[in-house]
Amino acid sequence: MDFFNTLLLTLRLAGVTTVILLVLGIPIAYRLAYTRSFLKPVFEAMVSLPLVLPPTVIGFYLLIAFSPNSALGEWLQNNLDIRLVFTFEGLVLGSVIYSFPFMVQPLQSGFEHLPPHLAEASYTLGKSTWVTLWRVLLPNIRPALLSGIVLSFAHTVGEFGVVLMIGGNIPSVTRVASIAIYDEVEALNFAAANQYALTMVVLTFVFLVLFFRFNRRSQQWITR
Amino acid sequence: MDHSISSLNCSLQLKDSQRSFYLEVDLQLYPKELLALTGPSGSGKTTILRILAGLEKRAKGRLWVQGELWQDSAQGIFLAPQQRSIGVVFQDYALFPNMSVLQNLQFALPKTENQTLIEELLEVMDLQELKTAYPRELSGGQQQRVALARALVRRPKLLLLDEPLSALDTQMREHLQGFIRLLHERYALTTLLISHHPEEIQRLADRVIVMEKGKIISENLTQETKPAGLLLSAIWLAPQNGRIRVQLGDNELQMPEPAKAFADYLPGQEVWIRMVSAERFEVCDEEKLR
Repeated sequence: MDFFNTLLLTLRLAGVTTVILLVLGIPIAYRLAYTRSFLKPVFEAMVSLPLVLPPTVIGFYLLIAFSPNSALGEWLQNNLDIRLVFTFEGLVLGSVIYSFPFMVQPLQSGFEHLPPHLAEASYTLGKSTWVTLWRVLLPNIRPALLSGIVLSFAHTVGEFGVVLMIGGNIPSVTRVASIAIYDEVEALNFAAANQYALTMVVLTFVFLVLFFRFNRRSQQWITR
Repeated sequence: MDHSISSLNCSLQLKDSQRSFYLEVDLQLYPKELLALTGPSGSGKTTILRILAGLEKRAKGRLWVQGELWQDSAQGIFLAPQQRSIGVVFQDYALFPNMSVLQNLQFALPKTENQTLIEELLEVMDLQELKTAYPRELSGGQQQRVALARALVRRPKLLLLDEPLSALDTQMREHLQGFIRLLHERYALTTLLISHHPEEIQRLADRVIVMEKGKIISENLTQETKPAGLLLSAIWLAPQNGRIRVQLGDNELQMPEPAKAFADYLPGQEVWIRMVSAERFEVCDEEKLR
């Protein structure tokens, strides 16, 4: 039972994180792609920071920031009744930050590789930024959109350092598959570790096959 | 003020790796005319088109279009492209790859309009057979026809064409020039055409404006006064310091008055000319100018 709970928790974390990243990532990638601001490199560096920082560094700072002993953590708990350390919500926050560049970078690249006048043509046809984004830009960056979704999902499934730091190892609450594998190996329980690991390999493989299949179809659809 | 005339009076600093100068223009667009804007690359032609379309917000000045104030930096007025009655054809056509020809046109159709105009445009532009095709399946000429039709779906007051035929071969260009003139007249449009091709300007334009480094260096070359005909029968080589270097065509001697200016020159010869007024221009002595 613990095995399935852990797997479900892992998939739930990856799913929720990916949805949040989609909602946040699309407007941010759009802005980054089209901004002429001289601060663009600064924003791009901020988005890319989780790529190069050790996950434990991100986890450490999140732990410090949201601990009930910190001013922010105390304020959140007292005023909004939100506790992020050692909770599923905390895992989601950590995962969103950690996987942020995996969603934003493919989307930004997708927007930047669109023909330059596509958005402007839509505006001159009377369409708002929202309609232009929804009906013109996003349908034409479907491969980038799929890449962002798959990379964010897979990256969240595989993360270890951040979730361990902010979530700890509480069964059915914060114990995701990667932590369970580590735990079982530490207890020299290799059969259980293998069960988790093999399931992860199979799931990830199936997920990637589906991705490449959809990606091919969407590219054919765009270029036909 | 004549409300049928559109006027743009603006300035804007153009600064990038290729150029650094002030664009300063004061131009009028008369109703139902096809005005051609020409000049060397980087002289600010496309910027003018973008200012008219509302795609360039930084310009200082005022833009009136047929009695409506679209832009006035002093009063903080700026109509977004969506609020302007414009049709724009970009150099790269900018057709939406995820939509068929018909869907590209339908996308542009205001909710209150019915499909009649789309059907008419498909027929006029000879696109009926292609309406289910996607942009990738079309030739350059076909894409251009779709882009032109799409630009007209909103019944714009201004049609803005940014070198619409530059990517096409000569034969296709001539074919499509006919479509542009046809649409311009059929829908009584006021059209601004950016072009580098003298033959294209000669065939299509009622009036020509030449730009260089952000300034208008000659204008009012109307079909009525014919110097445009003479000028454009020559091959345009390079505007510079208010002068235009041309290679004379074969038919300059057929032009009555202006032809006298070229009496001492042979067809095919290169000369510098300077516009003095709408009716007059003079051949510059290159040696003296140096």
